[in-house]
Amino acid sequence: MEYVINTVLLALLAVTAGAIVHLRNLFAAVMLVGIYSLLTAALFVILDAVDVAFTEAAVGAGISTILMLAALALTGREQTAATGPSAVGLAVVLATGAALVWGTLDMPHFGDPNAPAHVHVAPRYLEGTLTEIGIPNAVTSVLASYRGYDTLGEVFVIFTAGIGALALLGGRRES
Amino acid sequence: MRHHHVLHVVAKMVIPLILLFALYVQFHGDFGPGGGFQAGVIFAAGLILYGLVFGVDRLRRTVPPGVVRGLAAAGGLLYAGVGVAGMVLGGAYLDYGVLLPDPMAGQHLGILLIELGVGVTVAAVMTSLFYCFAG
Repeated sequence: MEYVINTVLLALLAVTAGAIVHLRNLFAAVMLVGIYSLLTAALFVILDAVDVAFTEAAVGAGISTILMLAALALTGREQTAATGPSAVGLAVVLATGAALVWGTLDMPHFGDPNAPAHVHVAPRYLEGTLTEIGIPNAVTSVLASYRGYDTLGEVFVIFTAGIGALALLGGRRES
Repeated sequence: MRHHHVLHVVAKMVIPLILLFALYVQFHGDFGPGGGFQAGVIFAAGLILYGLVFGVDRLRRTVPPGVVRGLAAAGGLLYAGVGVAGMVLGGAYLDYGVLLPDPMAGQHLGILLIELGVGVTVAAVMTSLFYCFAG
């Protein structure tokens, strides 16, 4: 059953991505990007990664869609006609894609319990969460306590992104 | 959208629920899915909905851009400050166990405070981005 759901969701993702590339109407493309995020969130739920699914649904399908619509209001709704297909571009894309697929052959199999990510520090965190931190959601204890430095970095990445947007667009209203 | 009565009425009913849900996600993150990142985004979504339905200028009067910018910095400083507090109390940077006499209660307090910092910064930055793009 899970296999069927995964296949359907991944097929819908591919269809959505193809449609985004083909559409000239940017308004419709933005809507499809939101749908793409929602499909990704559903895939995360199937992988039991509910915290990530939550973030993807809120950020990807919610806020980014609004921000892209606001950006469209500042620019335009239609994409200018692109130049025709180029053989060089196609060759570069195919070569890069083939290299990426070839690279995945070295990676551990999907869900492999012996993958490096599952045998390094993850068991230590899962065993210690209840006795050392004492909260039931292991994701929060890893994110906020065991990996507190990383999360501090993430917060300042978001802060820096906000400062960057303010520096570029913040003064527009006054000028 | 100033004359869409249906939108106004529905938004007035929904926005408080969105903000309340954001607070639930913020403070229930220890026990279920959620945490500062998600809560911040949901809170900002409530404010942005208000701005979309009632006009950005009204949102600007309710939540002044200067205050939002200050909050974006304050959240990060709260996070970093909890780390410094741990050092002052004799532990390592971002070691919450030393914040209270009981290490586990200290962990709970530390996680609550840094998640609050994350939530405040994320909500403020998202609202700032909306101000930037919505003009």
